[in-house]
Amino acid sequence: MRTPSGHEVYAMGAEYSSASALYEAAKMVRDAGFKRWDVFSPFPIHGMDAAMGLGKSWLSAVVLSGGITGLLTAVLVEFGPSWGLYPLIVHGKPYDWRTVPAFFPIMFEMTVLFSAFAAFFAVLIMNGLPRPHHPIFNWERFKRATNDGFFLVIEARDPRFTELEAREILERSGGEHITIVHED
Amino acid sequence: MNDWPTAQEVVQEEAATTDQPLARKPLVLNRRNFSWITERISGVIEQPAPRWWWVCFTITGTIAMFGLFCLGYQISTGVGTWGLNHPVGWAWDITNFVFWIGIGHAGTLISAILYLLRQKWRTSINRSAEAMTLFAVMCAAIFPGVHVGRVWMAWYLAPIPNAFGVWPNFRSPLMWDVFAVSTYFTVSVLFWYTGLIPDLATLRDRATTKIKKFLFGVFACGWRGSNRNWRHYEMAYLLLAGLSTPLVLSVHSVVSFDFATSVLPTWHTTIFPPYFVAGAIFGGFAMVLTLLIPARAIFKLEDIITPQHIDKMAKIILLTGSFVTYAYAMEFFVAWYSGNAYERFAFWNRIFGPYWWYWWVGMLFCNILSPQLFWFRWCRRNILVVYFVCMCVNAGMWFERFIIIVGGLHRDFIPSSWGIFIPTWVDIWTFIGTLGIFTSLFLLFIRFLPMIAMSEVKIVLPEADAHAHSPNGNHSVAADGMERI
Repeated sequence: MRTPSGHEVYAMGAEYSSASALYEAAKMVRDAGFKRWDVFSPFPIHGMDAAMGLGKSWLSAVVLSGGITGLLTAVLVEFGPSWGLYPLIVHGKPYDWRTVPAFFPIMFEMTVLFSAFAAFFAVLIMNGLPRPHHPIFNWERFKRATNDGFFLVIEARDPRFTELEAREILERSGGEHITIVHED
Repeated sequence: MNDWPTAQEVVQEEAATTDQPLARKPLVLNRRNFSWITERISGVIEQPAPRWWWVCFTITGTIAMFGLFCLGYQISTGVGTWGLNHPVGWAWDITNFVFWIGIGHAGTLISAILYLLRQKWRTSINRSAEAMTLFAVMCAAIFPGVHVGRVWMAWYLAPIPNAFGVWPNFRSPLMWDVFAVSTYFTVSVLFWYTGLIPDLATLRDRATTKIKKFLFGVFACGWRGSNRNWRHYEMAYLLLAGLSTPLVLSVHSVVSFDFATSVLPTWHTTIFPPYFVAGAIFGGFAMVLTLLIPARAIFKLEDIITPQHIDKMAKIILLTGSFVTYAYAMEFFVAWYSGNAYERFAFWNRIFGPYWWYWWVGMLFCNILSPQLFWFRWCRRNILVVYFVCMCVNAGMWFERFIIIVGGLHRDFIPSSWGIFIPTWVDIWTFIGTLGIFTSLFLLFIRFLPMIAMSEVKIVLPEADAHAHSPNGNHSVAADGMERI
């Protein structure tokens, strides 16, 4: 879709006066059956995931697998030398399976370390970040999204998107400064 | 029959008519709004550096440079420049290490444990407390690094295959320490940076110069505040908090294993892990207040870091101080009850031996008695009293570690092997140097990064609640800004 001036349309957005207004608007847009849309706020709004029809984040699964990887790495790094590469006898203590309790602290630390890395990289990758440029930044008012602005944006890629219908629902839900955001 | 109101209706009726039922004090005073928070916190770093900042930074920077000089001198000459000798092989170096690591723990407690416990007041202080954690761990890491003597051999601690086919001893508490402290630092950095991303985006959108826009843009990773992003972000934040919680408890436990797994009287005790963790949080909260009380006054952040926040931190100092007092009492009791002559002597020596005044001043006055002032609300609300107690606790916790380490080493089983420890100027100035490094890093932090988590403080404002209008028409935010439960 293009505007008369020849710009590719990315989306249509509106600004809302408060977090609760945005919350109510999100429920309306969800119920209207839109799929490719998003809300923007300076802080996470409690209950917004349900209002948008989103489930629980599956990032926890990534972190769990990170933790398991960390634990297995520690097991490998500790048992490998002790049982094969470099059996070390200290204070006459055993180095076979009976020495396992002394390995627990490092197993724990490695589990936490790998889980934390998994959480950090997963949140970036799952959110498609880092992404220095994004069409939404073409909207001058959007700067307030990191300060005190609440925005709802319906993308032009949404199968239900028509200029008329999008404008109608944004107006009906109380949106202000309704704007067409350009792709470039 | 149906005319009778149900129990639910009665409760709702009463709740609607009662004046402010169970009102909570607002966490941000004077009904500040979202943009005020952005303006005030971003303003701190967008204004040119005030003159006092340059004066402070020059002083702390000079001290830091002298500390680095002492480290260079110690590395190039040898550990003999410190006062270490037989039988005291660990003294100020390991005291400083435990002291700094302990300070870091309060930051993680605030950022992770209070988050899991849904303590919303943490949002005003968590960013600076986490920064403090990072800088304290950096200072801590210096000491075990250089006390081994040949720093360039430090890579032997890493479990990497090498040409000699030698592997580290994974069963050694010192090796556990390497893993615990390096994991702690790494996870703290990840947690801190994850929390910073939305605030860096705020600064990016406010940036006035190209270079600022570029730098904040790069570090904000293109954050847009989208709810599809917040969804994953909040999960990541929750999990990082959940991971940091057992981690922080493990780190000081592992530090205490360095002592507890040995055979020395006063060291070889099972009480050490919880005793060390409580002491770490105790000392760390004192340091948080030491840094934040001046900062809130200078930057006029009294509406965000309110007397209520200071009051709560004072209560935590009182609580953890009580744990510590209990641990001290238990040590003496067990020394007597065990019937072990060496253990009994060691504790007698702690009070009446050559280092007697360390115990009377450091442990008894600073750690046990001074926090008792916090039983009184008047003391918790008086900034000067709070500051005095915090300074006592800062000093007292250093003395406590010295008493544990040198007190345990200098007189062990055989009187013929007794000795005394006297610090050299290099000992003293290396420690003062790390105080300079710590404060310099903190001054740089408050100049260049938002010292309060803007996106998190905004959540605790009443208008951030999307459900402000409850179904029965009862407004959950009273007209005077008091939040109802």
